[in-house]
Amino acid sequence: MSLALEVAGVYKFFGDFPALRDVSFKVAPGSVVALLGRNGAGKTTLLRIMAGLSQPSQGSVKVNGAEAREAGTRRRIGVLGHSISVYDELSAHENLTMFGSLYGLDDAGKRADAMLDRVGLGRVRDGLAREFSRGMRQRLAIGRAFLHDPELLLLDEPFTSLDDKAIAVLQTMLKEMRDRGRTVVMSTHQLREAMELSTHVTFIQRGEVAYDGERQDEMLKDTSWLYRTYGDN
Amino acid sequence: MYLRQIWTIAAKDLRSEMRTKEALNASVAFSMVILILFSFAFDQAEDLKGLLGGLLWLAYAFAGALVLNRSFARELQNDCLDALISSPAPPSAIFLGKALANFALLMAVELISLGVFAILYDVRLSGKLGLLSLVMLLATWGITVIGTTFSALTVNLTMRELMLPVLIYPFLIPVLMSAMILTTDLIAGVPIATNLVWLRVLVAFDIAFTAVTVLYIDVVLVG
Repeated sequence: MSLALEVAGVYKFFGDFPALRDVSFKVAPGSVVALLGRNGAGKTTLLRIMAGLSQPSQGSVKVNGAEAREAGTRRRIGVLGHSISVYDELSAHENLTMFGSLYGLDDAGKRADAMLDRVGLGRVRDGLAREFSRGMRQRLAIGRAFLHDPELLLLDEPFTSLDDKAIAVLQTMLKEMRDRGRTVVMSTHQLREAMELSTHVTFIQRGEVAYDGERQDEMLKDTSWLYRTYGDN
Repeated sequence: MYLRQIWTIAAKDLRSEMRTKEALNASVAFSMVILILFSFAFDQAEDLKGLLGGLLWLAYAFAGALVLNRSFARELQNDCLDALISSPAPPSAIFLGKALANFALLMAVELISLGVFAILYDVRLSGKLGLLSLVMLLATWGITVIGTTFSALTVNLTMRELMLPVLIYPFLIPVLMSAMILTTDLIAGVPIATNLVWLRVLVAFDIAFTAVTVLYIDVVLVG
């Protein structure tokens, strides 16, 4: 069975500073990986490389055996970054239809309607994103990332600054993804939510992989166990 | 699929601009101001007819920078550029979609300004609009390609509003020179057959820079 994701010998330098050093790990299909580490450890840099938003200085990232920057590969990936990445001057429906078209969905309009209902924005589908509250905009961003039913979902601190409704929507959708055998990689500081959802944990320490393996029971009982055991302070 | 992605991005940019009219209003107003100021400055010029093409294209070039500046800057809000780059749309489709939208906006600014130009400088355009339109289409595409490329290059610079004009005008010299000469001569009634070389310069410039940009825009957008 081919791997959902394979990160092999990835280095990333910003000038002389090595943000990532020889990062390698493999993710099997259907896994939910919590990508953990302190601020500045290199989680966002690594996720951006996996999403094809940045090139590694050295090494490779393969999704289902293909390069991350190939168009066919990007069609299989959903990305939810720090920012919401939706257009303020477009309506909720226009935003999702636009991204649906870019992903080659023939029924982009219908899929957008269905997704807006799922994230609780069906009644305001024609409202401009700039008129939405912060929580509504975050739910729209979640809808954008899930719209094309990605096989691999990359999430960068997805729970940060979400309101309770958006957290509930995201948790439900992530559990559905997991149950349907989709693969999820998420960086987060919300250890409780991450441990409950994840099947695997990759812990990054100063740009290097300090732990990569299945989620242990100790991690669920004591969320700081990983940092105490594998961290350097 | 590729054409659909180009059209999706162009339609998105045009829809956003039509809702805010930020770049369009500023660009039209700036173009009017330049044309009016030039009309005062060159009111007593002995050979005003010989300057008309230059005045018109300088106004277009200055006003156009305002439209081009907004092109990729529009994507900074909410980090939308990341969502575009991580989508299956190839970087060249993103570029061409944005270029198409910019082209439509620049042409709109130019057509509005052309009417004002004709009134202020007492220029009769009847019988010349066909060839003048051809020159405008070719030169505007050249300005669009260079401007959109540098808009992508400068999008993360804090001084991008200043840097874009500084960077694009040297590259635009062949386009502006050709357009100025062709426009001046068309207004003066000189047959286009005597100026075919400048028309060829415009066509060659458009083809060369469009091809180079489409081939290498991924380096600019992804690195």
